[in-house]
Amino acid sequence: MTAQVQTIRSPGDRGVWAWITTVDHKRIGLLYAVSAAAFFFIGGLEALLVRTQLLGPNLEVLSAEAYNQLFTMHGLTMVFLVVMPIAAAFTNYFLPILIGARDVAFPRLNAFSYWLFIFSGLLIYSSFFLGGAPDGAWVGYAPLSTQLTEVVRMDFWTIGLSTLGISSIAASANFIATAFTMRAPGMTMLRMPVFAWMSLVVAFLLIFSLPSVAIGLFQLFLDRNFGALFYAADAGGDPLLWQHLFWIFGHPEVYVLVLPAMGIVSEVLPTFARKPLFGYPFVVFSGAAIGFIGFGVWSHHMFTSGMGPIAEAGFGVATMIIAVPTGVKIFNWIGTIWGGKIKFNTPMLFSLAFVAMFVIGGLSGVTHAVVPSDTQQHDTYYVVAHFHYVLFGGAVFGYVSGVYYWFPKWTGRKLNETLGKIHFWLALIGFNLTFGPMHVLGLNGMPRRTYRYPEGLGWANWNAVATIGAYTILVAFLVFAWNIVRTHYLNKGERVGNDPWDGRTLEWTIPSPPPVHNFDETPIVHSLDDFWHQKYAENEEGRAVRMPAVTGAADDQGDIGRADHGTPEGIHMPSPSYYPALASLGIAITGGGLVYLPWGFAAIGVGVVVMLWGLFGWSLEPVTKEH
Amino acid sequence: MGEAIVRARYQTTPRLGRLLRVVPVILLLAACSGSGPQTALEPEGPIARDIDGVWDLVLMLATFVFVLVMGLLVWAMWRYRERPGDETEPKQLHGSSVIEVGGVVFSVVLLAFISVPTVRGLLDIRAVPEGDDVLHIQVTGHQWWWEFEYVDETAADGRTLITANELHIPEDVPVYLTMTSADVIHSFWVPVLNGKRDVVPGRVTNLTLIADNPTPPDEPIPGQCAEFCGLAHADMRIKVHVHDAAGYAAWVDEQLLPSEQPAPETALDAGWQTFNTLCTACHQVTLEDVEGEVTTHGPERYITSDDIEFRSSFGPNLTHLFSRDTFGSGTFTLDADHLAEWIDNPESLKPMWADRNDLANGRVLGMPDLGLSSAQIEEVVDLLETWR
Repeated sequence: MTAQVQTIRSPGDRGVWAWITTVDHKRIGLLYAVSAAAFFFIGGLEALLVRTQLLGPNLEVLSAEAYNQLFTMHGLTMVFLVVMPIAAAFTNYFLPILIGARDVAFPRLNAFSYWLFIFSGLLIYSSFFLGGAPDGAWVGYAPLSTQLTEVVRMDFWTIGLSTLGISSIAASANFIATAFTMRAPGMTMLRMPVFAWMSLVVAFLLIFSLPSVAIGLFQLFLDRNFGALFYAADAGGDPLLWQHLFWIFGHPEVYVLVLPAMGIVSEVLPTFARKPLFGYPFVVFSGAAIGFIGFGVWSHHMFTSGMGPIAEAGFGVATMIIAVPTGVKIFNWIGTIWGGKIKFNTPMLFSLAFVAMFVIGGLSGVTHAVVPSDTQQHDTYYVVAHFHYVLFGGAVFGYVSGVYYWFPKWTGRKLNETLGKIHFWLALIGFNLTFGPMHVLGLNGMPRRTYRYPEGLGWANWNAVATIGAYTILVAFLVFAWNIVRTHYLNKGERVGNDPWDGRTLEWTIPSPPPVHNFDETPIVHSLDDFWHQKYAENEEGRAVRMPAVTGAADDQGDIGRADHGTPEGIHMPSPSYYPALASLGIAITGGGLVYLPWGFAAIGVGVVVMLWGLFGWSLEPVTKEH
Repeated sequence: MGEAIVRARYQTTPRLGRLLRVVPVILLLAACSGSGPQTALEPEGPIARDIDGVWDLVLMLATFVFVLVMGLLVWAMWRYRERPGDETEPKQLHGSSVIEVGGVVFSVVLLAFISVPTVRGLLDIRAVPEGDDVLHIQVTGHQWWWEFEYVDETAADGRTLITANELHIPEDVPVYLTMTSADVIHSFWVPVLNGKRDVVPGRVTNLTLIADNPTPPDEPIPGQCAEFCGLAHADMRIKVHVHDAAGYAAWVDEQLLPSEQPAPETALDAGWQTFNTLCTACHQVTLEDVEGEVTTHGPERYITSDDIEFRSSFGPNLTHLFSRDTFGSGTFTLDADHLAEWIDNPESLKPMWADRNDLANGRVLGMPDLGLSSAQIEEVVDLLETWR
């Protein structure tokens, strides 16, 4: 064994500057996670204000103007600034480790993606202090979104989404290159953990779907600022063009949000059931199939827009087909715990809740494919209920499961189980109290995006229940926040070694937290769930039997093959750089200028100079600084 | 007595406990609150009933799948939980192609069951009604109100019947709506009669309504705009009054008549002078003056979508304002006091962006505050009250 492996890095691994200049995929992952958590609480607060306004009929907690901004920002925040970045956080941190790599393929591009994401988020949020936030719903349907050009609110949305898109495309290209080129020896595609697979599928989804919305947003920007008429009906443009361009992106986006969570669940269930994932190739291919078919169903968001019955029938049936690979996943997850030995730790509870809630969200999704009933459900609280079951009870529960599961790897400490269980039960009950009743409200005729409702329509009681549920969710996540603070910042959490859960995949072979270079020696992979197979064999009955050779020595990498010992000086890691952050700052400043045309041209000038400075500095920077 | 008070005060139910006791009560109340008059679940017409039939079938199948999957999940969680003292490891099952293929076949069969009624129901609700008795109404969506032009109902001088927000239809007759928008996308939705249909600028969409029974005059069927259309989207409601054939004919006759223009120098004339200088910038009104001449005052505006002309204006037609029960797009009860409040400060009742109106370019975002004195407001309201 190598006694001491040194990492070559420029000085300055501590302090704020180290975080700004970091190109370490783990640090960038943590930056994504912390940013997403902050936005999660902001977006949650917006939702609570919305729910408070809807507590009873005709309340005046919020004005219509404030309400419209808050629900728009809630949606925008949760989709683009919470769920996408938390998925990016897990992908950043674990994709390289799960495939046995020391970093992503393009570490500085990775830093660029993060900084552009956070600057875009700040740009969008600055609108609250600059005359008002976007108020045209997260989907920004034209011509409502092009109507009031004298108010810049929707420009923040147009520009913010565009720059976020650049960030996502850069990140996706990076993840694809990483998964294709950085896998450890022996890590064939079909030995990649499901989470790595889902990250790969998501990256492809983004690469192929973002251009559509980018064109849409560009046209919208031109309509708003230069009198172009792409979406202006009275000049021969077409408002429905926006809806098509948006949903060609928007529907795959739904899978972008949920597939990584499915990946996490596919890691957690086998670990705590102590069985391999049931039907691994089916789970992988159904994930890819969901992504692929997801490109052919966008118009089910437009069943009431007047496409004509043939198109509606086609998209309805195509949407139903998606239920097949989704069903396959559900069956396989149940198959995974079937016959296992289930430990109900907090990560497992959240993963199991994911499966249960996703079943509900999936079934209500199928009812949207049924065009006749969709004409009643569309744009009502039934839809709100549906996508929260998929994205909150589904995706968010999956990511929370991931946090409990991988927190020991991030910090070397386990989150408290008692607090975790309190968090879980409050979240599950609060979630169902909030969103369960919305099914009923929608079927009883309550449209979404309405700032008030009258008495006499029978909606008051269920709305009250939903609001109580929303506050329960708040309490649940305050418990979660306290658990994290207590464990990590007050150092009260139980210290753990490399492998606290008796895990199956490569991240559990390395120290917690992992060293900068992840692996002292690049592992050689022999099978799916390689680490498990090093610890366990199967007897004649097919039961797992612990192999004595490595008992209790999870941190001993003796049995893991060796490929790369590093050079005698140590392992060469990429140097820190502030240029990626600088380049993305330049893009954000340019974006800010574009919001305030025409006098924003000055800011655009500054922004472009800063961006070019960043990009040139980046490309001319020596690979390793002399030291 | 004193003791009882003391005990009551010091009874030690913790606050949280009390709160938790309230929750099931609220749940029970909520469950008992019924579906309300704007529900898709209690249809009052054949089209909505067809949709509800498809929904019932889908709900049944979904419930079956839900019980099956949840049953398997919960059973597996219970049966295969880790038990204290059990040292054995589970069998390492890697999968089963039989189960995979079975799962796929199972889902496909279920979905085939759903897809047939889906397509059939779809063709059903999209069918164009035919026959002589079909009533054609043109609908224009505005921020934030509805305009209805009864193109089949014309007065002797060729005027079509125009009204706003309150739709009157005969029972059992297919009412074929031809719809477009004057500004942004809206969606016309009266759940007990049919699903919703978007109302899109530059395009024409259609929707058929058929109602089973007449509604009591004070209980019209509610509906509302279902596509987010900006500030007052929540206050863009619809009321549908269903009449028997005779009642509908009577309503039409009444609505086609002009209202009365006050004679000069009469008590109501002051109100008319104010109305005719300010209100007719946006609102149309058809009046008969003392000489018996019928004139339509106010701006005439045509919106053309797909070669269909929609006669319109900038605000609701007020000819028979006080024949309606509500104003502000079905949001407020119509009476003199309410209306005075509205004219005095419209945005105190309904959020609008009237300061951004641009009539020259056809942009209307609400009723402006006209800065009338309370005496003027009273005069105008007195006048409007005579237009029944």
